[in-house]
Amino acid sequence: MRFDVAGRSVLAATGAVPIDRPEVAGAPIVVLVHGAGMDRTVWSQQTRWLAHHGTRAVAVDLPGHGGSDGPVLGSIFELATWISEVSDALGGAIHVVGHSMGAFIGLEAAAEFPNKISSLVLMGLGAAMPVHPDLQTAADVDDPLAADLMAGWMHGPDQKFGTHPTPGMSMTGTARAIIETSPSGVLAEDLKLCAEYDGAIAAAAALTCQATLVLGRLDRMTPRKSAQPLVEALGHANVVELATSGHAPMSEEPEAVRAALADHLFATAD
Amino acid sequence: MVEPDHHHFDTRALHAGQRPDPVTGSRAVPIYQTTSYVFDSVDHAAGLFNLEVSGHLYSRISNPTVAVLEERLASLEGGVGAVCTSSGQAALHLAMVTILNAGDHVVASRNIYGGTHNMLSLTMPRFGVTTTFVDPRDPKAFAAAIQEDTRLVFAETLGNPGIEVLDIAAIAEVAHAAGLPLVVDSTFATPYLIRPIDHGADIVIHSVTKFLGGHGVAIGGVVVDGGRFDWAANGKFPTLSEPYDGYHGITFTEEFGTAALSMRARAEGLRDFGGCMSPTNAFYLLQGVETLPVRMARHVENTLRVVEMLDAHEAVTWISHPSHPSHPDHALATRLYPKGAGAILSFGIEGGREAGRRFIEAVELASHLANVGDAKTLVIHPGSTTHQQMSREDLAAAGISEELVRLSVGLEDPDDICADLSRALRVSQRA
Ligand SMILES: Cc1ncc(COP(=O)(O)O)c(C=O)c1O
Repeated sequence: MRFDVAGRSVLAATGAVPIDRPEVAGAPIVVLVHGAGMDRTVWSQQTRWLAHHGTRAVAVDLPGHGGSDGPVLGSIFELATWISEVSDALGGAIHVVGHSMGAFIGLEAAAEFPNKISSLVLMGLGAAMPVHPDLQTAADVDDPLAADLMAGWMHGPDQKFGTHPTPGMSMTGTARAIIETSPSGVLAEDLKLCAEYDGAIAAAAALTCQATLVLGRLDRMTPRKSAQPLVEALGHANVVELATSGHAPMSEEPEAVRAALADHLFATAD
Repeated sequence: MVEPDHHHFDTRALHAGQRPDPVTGSRAVPIYQTTSYVFDSVDHAAGLFNLEVSGHLYSRISNPTVAVLEERLASLEGGVGAVCTSSGQAALHLAMVTILNAGDHVVASRNIYGGTHNMLSLTMPRFGVTTTFVDPRDPKAFAAAIQEDTRLVFAETLGNPGIEVLDIAAIAEVAHAAGLPLVVDSTFATPYLIRPIDHGADIVIHSVTKFLGGHGVAIGGVVVDGGRFDWAANGKFPTLSEPYDGYHGITFTEEFGTAALSMRARAEGLRDFGGCMSPTNAFYLLQGVETLPVRMARHVENTLRVVEMLDAHEAVTWISHPSHPSHPDHALATRLYPKGAGAILSFGIEGGREAGRRFIEAVELASHLANVGDAKTLVIHPGSTTHQQMSREDLAAAGISEELVRLSVGLEDPDDICADLSRALRVSQRA
């Protein structure tokens, strides 16, 4: 579906269940937020399932990503403000599911706009997200090497082999294609925002809503131990550790992520 | 600079898409010879049928053995995913029916496999899809043939039988400028020799029957989805960019993005047309793919030896292989195909149709049959077999001269291949 936020068109996948259908009126709104250089389709193993399991699922393309109008926004705080505007546009408080940069956005939004964010499920994040200088350099000049580097680091070692949970698909091939087709400069900008953001611990400490962290034990981009300061700052967070996931649990262990979402939403839905 | 953390091509040919079976430890890919799969629950079943969750539900749509081959070929080609089919022709059909509707038009190279030419020129028109054929060496001809209702551009990376070398990037540019995808049949090349997606092709088709399988034991095909084409950009591809009632109004581009084509090809194409690959054939074909790099290197090496021998033979009037300086695409092939431009070639024999017939009857090692891409050397003389009823003029129009012999160079000792051909050439000259 398309909707407007601050006068700009946003593309979102809703699992092909329109969120204004009478049957889903009043169901919790779950907004899924992708990471750097990615788009809404990283959630394709969760969006349609959520839409058919008692929620209104809205997997957004961030401004300037996928099918959403640009320009890209210049800080995690601006993106968090944008998420609060998404909540306004959708007509109520939202649960945010965020991956990597999207997890930072969710965290910042929940700390800054507590009335608009009902709860958080965050995956593929650490207290900080330093970016490998070679990755940033390649992204800065739109070198396809950037897509190759990210696709190679994104998943746990199992995905060097397979088998993909969706028959016939290639996980590294898909990651590479999404990054390669993202508009020029978008990945470079996203990576900078991730590296610059230093508000995660403060946001976690200020959080009043329920949070679940889904952490891959084999994550090489944001290693499991880099999330520990966040876990401690959150105090009350529910932590789900996935044994074979790297940085992209929603693709690598889709079933476990669906289960974590169900547990989380069931526990926090009114 | 750090290097991307991926296995190299030869490693992926052996490993992509599979880990040892977690239950039994089986190192080889097991043959999952089953039609169907037990559901965990009613909710799981409903989720599978409704594309909410992924997994296997019925082997017409997906199968674990076939999925390994699909993922492996997607990895070797650098695509987002792949769908295997019962044959190369079924792969071509699947790609076409996933993209096209009645009233649509195709621009295709005219130097393509005869079966594909039949499909496009005779069969597809019955379903309202027409084709204009153009010279594969002329990007301007592709551009000129594109009409308002054109929906895809098709060519072979190495043409048949002249081994015309497609300038993939140039033709992709023409297609993309018109908002159209470039679909290539890369059967003669295999991903070992060229990866068309890296050069701008959007969909790669193979007859896996040929070099990928490599042993002449099983028929199969594949559609590899490059995932880079924007199907939602211009409204020309409603099967992908508009809601589909087949799955309660799902829009494939919106839900699956880069994977839209492969998801629709499986969810609709395999479901409704049913041209799936069998698990046993997938197993046979996987054995071939495992050794693709080793075999192709040897196929090419032997081909160069054969070209050299034919070049020096007084009964040979001409040779058509891109490695030969006389080939019109020699320079392009040198640039695009550093590892060689395949193992299929044609040549002319002094003495026309009659000499061709005598040559074919005299070969002992080479097998006279209608196939290419086997481990064994194969030979055919269209003028006395497949095209025997055609006049010299009709043959010429199809790019086939009376004396043309097509050769698919195998993996035998090159001395033996050369000796066999050389002896048969001598016999062909005895009137
Ligand atoms: C270039 C090419 N494409 C497609 C095909 C058709 O493949 P299959 O025989 O597997 O249907 C062939 C078969 O000869 C071929 O040579």
